[in-house]
Amino acid sequence: MNRTVLDLWVGLFVAMGLAAILFLALKVGNLSSAHLSDTYVLQAKFDNIGGLKVRGPVKSAGVLVGRIADIRFDPASYEAVVTLNVDGRYRFPKDTFASIYTAGLLGEQYIGLDVGGDEKMLQAGETIAKTQSAVVLEKLISQFLFNKASEGQGSK
Amino acid sequence: MADPLALIRRLGAATVDRIWRLGFASRFLLAIFVHSGAAFRRLPLTLREIYFSGVLSLLIILVSGLFVGLVLGLQGYETLQRYGSTEALGILVALSLVRELGPVVAGLLFASRAGSSITAEIGLMKTTEQLKAMDMMAVNPIARVVAPRFWGGVISMPLLAAMFSAMGVFGGWLIGVVLIGVDDGAFWSQMQSSVDFRYDVLNGIIKSVVFGFAVSLIAVFEGYDSVPTAEGVSRAITRTVVTSAMTILALDFVLTSFMFRGN
Repeated sequence: MNRTVLDLWVGLFVAMGLAAILFLALKVGNLSSAHLSDTYVLQAKFDNIGGLKVRGPVKSAGVLVGRIADIRFDPASYEAVVTLNVDGRYRFPKDTFASIYTAGLLGEQYIGLDVGGDEKMLQAGETIAKTQSAVVLEKLISQFLFNKASEGQGSK
Repeated sequence: MADPLALIRRLGAATVDRIWRLGFASRFLLAIFVHSGAAFRRLPLTLREIYFSGVLSLLIILVSGLFVGLVLGLQGYETLQRYGSTEALGILVALSLVRELGPVVAGLLFASRAGSSITAEIGLMKTTEQLKAMDMMAVNPIARVVAPRFWGGVISMPLLAAMFSAMGVFGGWLIGVVLIGVDDGAFWSQMQSSVDFRYDVLNGIIKSVVFGFAVSLIAVFEGYDSVPTAEGVSRAITRTVVTSAMTILALDFVLTSFMFRGN
């Protein structure tokens, strides 16, 4: 079988196509940096998760350290059980605080891990004990109004 | 023609004809799969078809991708600017290209550029009785003519769609960053943080593979099934483009509803 000019063109075409896919994967998508290859699982229970979404980010000190793998409702305790896939390179102390924050005023919600001072580290599959639920704006406003009202009554 | 029953009769005949053709197309697809072993054993045949449907479509795909990206960049900037979030331009351009516009527009262009020429070629072969002559020489025309063209299209289509998307992102970057002056780092980092490889890029590639199968099947089938006259071939080409466009858009809706549920 002889090599022809046609083969060159087809080879070039296929190489360009694969290069485009690679470009989409590495430069446009997050396969290179944020994709967590070696992860372990942590769990956290929240009273209220607000608008948290599966695949949402898990950050510590603002740096992406994992992604939310699963959210489900626990019918026994009436809490939301959130499963986190955390990058295997990072270990967190036992008294790490998991809170739900909002990126910007209207941004997406994410889980922030605030590190404590415990010597012992969380192992794979363990549950983060200390959590803080999402801030629900309506609750905040009603609390504020309630406080104002009671203040007004107290001064009389 | 005044007979009102004639209309209903025509409608019924057309419906039965469609169903007939659908059944024939399914059997045809099966025959292609059965005979595609031969197409891969004689690789130069398939390579030739990749050249004709893939390499020769490069120009239209790359130029269209660039312009679609440029338009997305301009329009996206125009809208995002109102909300003061022009850094999100990268997300907008990349997501719309990778998820939807890349596979769909590349598929439509591919159908009109390569699909129509495949239909014309096979239709003309049928008209000049080359297919029959092959049969006489104990050469299976499906293995020799149809299968290589089918697989050439199936292989080319995802590669073309990926190039279309990549070119579009480049076009969006050209407008957003180079011309308008959106921050380069924010453009790329925001894009990377919200475009997921598996969820967005891979689903887009799956879409383009499905469109490749659909367009290639329609193109070879319309050619093979064409009425062997000049008019019949011309009708078959028109049908290829129209049916491909409708199939792509309908399939896109079905695939999107499976893939992107907005969880």
